[in-house]
Amino acid sequence: MANKIPRVPVREQDPNKRKTNFEEVCFGYNTEEASLEATRCIQCKKPRCVDACPVSINIPKFINAVSEGNHADAARIIAEDSSLPAVCGRVCPQESQCEGSCILGVKGEPVSIGKLERFVADYSRDHNVDLGKPGPRNGYKVAIVGSGPAGLSCANDLAKMGYFVKIFEALHKPGGVLEYGIPEFRLPKERVVKHEIDNLRKLGVEIETDVVIGRTITIDQLLNQEGFHAVFLGSGAGLPKFMHIPGENLNGVVSANEFLTRNNLMKAFDTTYDTPIYIGKRVAVVGGGNVAIDAARTAIRLGSDVSLIYRRSEKELPARVEEVHHAKQEGLEFHMLTNPIEILGTDTGWVKSIRCLKMELGEPDKSGRRSPVEIPNSEFNIEVDVVIMSLGTSPNPLIASTTPGLEVNKWKCIVADDQGQTKREGVFAGGDAVTGAATVILAMGAGRKAAKAIDTYVTKKFKK
Amino acid sequence: MFKIVSKRLLAPHIYLMDIEAPRVAKAALPGQFVIVRVHEKGERIPLTIADYNAEAGTVTIVTQTVGASTRLICAKEEGEFLLDFVGPLGMPSELVNETDEQLRARKILFIAGGVGTAPVYPQVKYLHGRGVKVDVIIGAKGKDALIFQDEMKSVANEVFVATDDGSVGFKGLVTDLLKDLVQNRGKQYDLVVTIGPMIMMKFVAALTRELNIHTIASLNTLMVDGTGMCGACRVSIGNEIKFTCVDGPEFDAHLVNFDEAMRRQNMYRTIEGVKDKELEEKDHKCKIGRDGK
Ligand SMILES: Cc1cc2nc3c(=O)[nH]c(=O)nc-3n(C[C@H](O)[C@H](O)[C@H](O)COP(=O)(O)OP(=O)(O)OC[C@H]3O[C@@H](n4cnc5c(N)ncnc54)[C@H](O)[C@@H]3O)c2cc1C
Ligand SMILES: Cc1cc2nc3c(=O)[nH]c(=O)nc-3n(C[C@H](O)[C@H](O)[C@H](O)COP(=O)(O)OP(=O)(O)OC[C@H]3O[C@@H](n4cnc5c(N)ncnc54)[C@H](O)[C@@H]3O)c2cc1C
Ligand code: SF4
Ligand code: SF4
Ligand code: FES
Repeated sequence: MANKIPRVPVREQDPNKRKTNFEEVCFGYNTEEASLEATRCIQCKKPRCVDACPVSINIPKFINAVSEGNHADAARIIAEDSSLPAVCGRVCPQESQCEGSCILGVKGEPVSIGKLERFVADYSRDHNVDLGKPGPRNGYKVAIVGSGPAGLSCANDLAKMGYFVKIFEALHKPGGVLEYGIPEFRLPKERVVKHEIDNLRKLGVEIETDVVIGRTITIDQLLNQEGFHAVFLGSGAGLPKFMHIPGENLNGVVSANEFLTRNNLMKAFDTTYDTPIYIGKRVAVVGGGNVAIDAARTAIRLGSDVSLIYRRSEKELPARVEEVHHAKQEGLEFHMLTNPIEILGTDTGWVKSIRCLKMELGEPDKSGRRSPVEIPNSEFNIEVDVVIMSLGTSPNPLIASTTPGLEVNKWKCIVADDQGQTKREGVFAGGDAVTGAATVILAMGAGRKAAKAIDTYVTKKFKK
Repeated sequence: MFKIVSKRLLAPHIYLMDIEAPRVAKAALPGQFVIVRVHEKGERIPLTIADYNAEAGTVTIVTQTVGASTRLICAKEEGEFLLDFVGPLGMPSELVNETDEQLRARKILFIAGGVGTAPVYPQVKYLHGRGVKVDVIIGAKGKDALIFQDEMKSVANEVFVATDDGSVGFKGLVTDLLKDLVQNRGKQYDLVVTIGPMIMMKFVAALTRELNIHTIASLNTLMVDGTGMCGACRVSIGNEIKFTCVDGPEFDAHLVNFDEAMRRQNMYRTIEGVKDKELEEKDHKCKIGRDGK
């Protein structure tokens, strides 16, 4: 099934210009572009795109509204299933979800669903579209731990059902990874993230920052002393892994989380902030996920020459295709099939170079990916003065270790069923805290499912 | 926003503040710390909890001005607010897990240095509350830099003072004093807890290893989030990498790689130095050495 109109390209900031600033890379569609792209959707009777969206947005319906110029309607259609469309339209791995399944993609290019969703969400924000009011208060209280996408979407749904919802956040600003991890040039903080959070506040959701659950107050205290009827854990997977190779504690070796947090949450790139950041002349980023690419592109913008070191080949890079493409345009150097074995330092303990081995791809492993095998005697050094480790993260043990009855698996992920019910009555969980590091939209989906389960639980247990 | 309910100068460049933070006050235990942010564009600064009062809902912090951010904290006055005050962070002192009998059977010595004297106080006070009397060595540059001496005396068994210039107490380093106590004055200890500048703790650890006394040190590494999310605070403890903010801040001093920890503390020094100089030129205050003794 072909389509005569080619996919409408999206305007982007020029690579040479954008690699020196933190403005958004992608400008998004304007009204004309969006209308034209919307007409490409053939309005499938059995839309494969919807099945591939983890929150099942009614994609043909909202796209149809866009093609008819009813942008506010489009926004309300999306709002039925998603509370963070301006975020997902920007950062969802669309190529492997909605767009990856679009029927047009079989022979040509899929509909640009993400960019359309972003357009609608931005329109809705700029035009103050009314997306619904909270239900009448039902008198029940739910505490939410963590203000990332999982917590935010759970809060959104519960507030709309009439619950009093309070979010507790450890950091000084809400948003989770949206605020501290994903860089400004992919996801603007003031314009997009803060706006989404303000919307939640308008629904009556309260957010208390500077509260570390498990330290400042425990889950048991929330349930037994502060009168919450249920708790949702959306505490993410923030604990960074290291490689445990020699030299990893040299000055100049940082985790991607530290580097990104200094720059995003703490705005080190903005000289009016007090936050220090160590900027290398030559930087090596180790890893290949979204986080690695984000760290690399941030370092480029801070003025460094950056190499990405990844032990498999480019095809296996877990990062989004679009971001890898953008990173290349910005001058990121790729060292694929390369694995660090040691970081070498100067006499005074600062990073001097990173020693690596060449790899080749062997047999596919359990995950189906071909696993990298070392090539003997292939050591070589890359001269760098900063190494950013981006090897993945795992859930923080803080909550599990202070909540009796809560179970975790061997990856420290909280054990919860499909609806988010943990092993502890009244305690629900979802997002990265349960799955390990995943995606925004999966975390959102989990938050929404848990909201339903919480409603069922509270209704059964407390309502007469 | 967290209100500063009182503030006083303890010694040159060292201020004590009581902060209204009911949740933290209620949960705090000896050995834990908080992270403070003064203004919207400010850094997150870790400070040890120097005292807490659950009834009054207040937490005491003692801050020494060493750089730009600690100066900002100290510039705040009574009645004003700190923007963020999060805690209690870190693991409480291991001593809180012991029974009264176990504690009373121990011979404990605290060795405090400079501003580190403040965080020693809640631990000594806590143990006093459980009927355990401990000895304390306070090290300071000189008479003027000595803090918490009277408070400490009211809760400790014996308080010994060592000053660099001999203006009060023993003339010399805390390590010289410890040697003197053990070798010449018949004192015996089976546990030393040391809090102070990294370099002091390093030498305390070296000496107590020789003397065969188990020793705990409270590390003041660089930190960002304080919740285990960034790894900026990582230290080598034996063969393991630990995060000071969640696994610590107290560790077995004989396993700490102090040289690495001190080097890592300086990671942002040059950058901070520039910023600090700018500020200093603005308000003409002199900067006290970080080694605090
Ligand atoms: C740099 C980076 C880039 C990414 N890029 C993409 C992308 O392009 N597309 C995509 O789909 N996904 C991306 N991801 C992944 C995505 O951001 C996460 O999967 C998603 O944010 C998980 O949401 P969450 O709500 O489960 O947790 P988080 O977003 O991690 O939020 C958890 C929140 O809980 C708080 N918290 C933790 N413990 C406590 C506690 N004890 N008490 C109180 N609060 C607590 C944390 O401070 C945090 O704010 C990226 C992640 C990173 C780090
Ligand atoms: C768990 C913990 C508890 C602490 N408790 C206290 C306390 O109770 N009272 C107190 O006054 N300070 C305490 N500190 C130290 C305090 O956090 C630092 O002095 C502060 O971060 C310095 O910030 P600044 O911007 O003023 O100085 P900066 O401009 O950052 O630094 C000035 C100088 O101090 C050095 N420095 C930076 N950070 C530290 C550090 N963490 N420790 C030692 N030197 C450092 C720098 O190398 C530089 O030379 C604690 C630190 C930790 C990690
Ligand atoms: S939420 Fe993500 S997967 Fe769903 S339609 Fe939007 S971009 Fe596609
Ligand atoms: S699969 Fe593609 S063409 Fe079909 S409804 Fe979805 S977006 Fe439209
Ligand atoms: S301060 Fe970030 S992990 Fe300890």
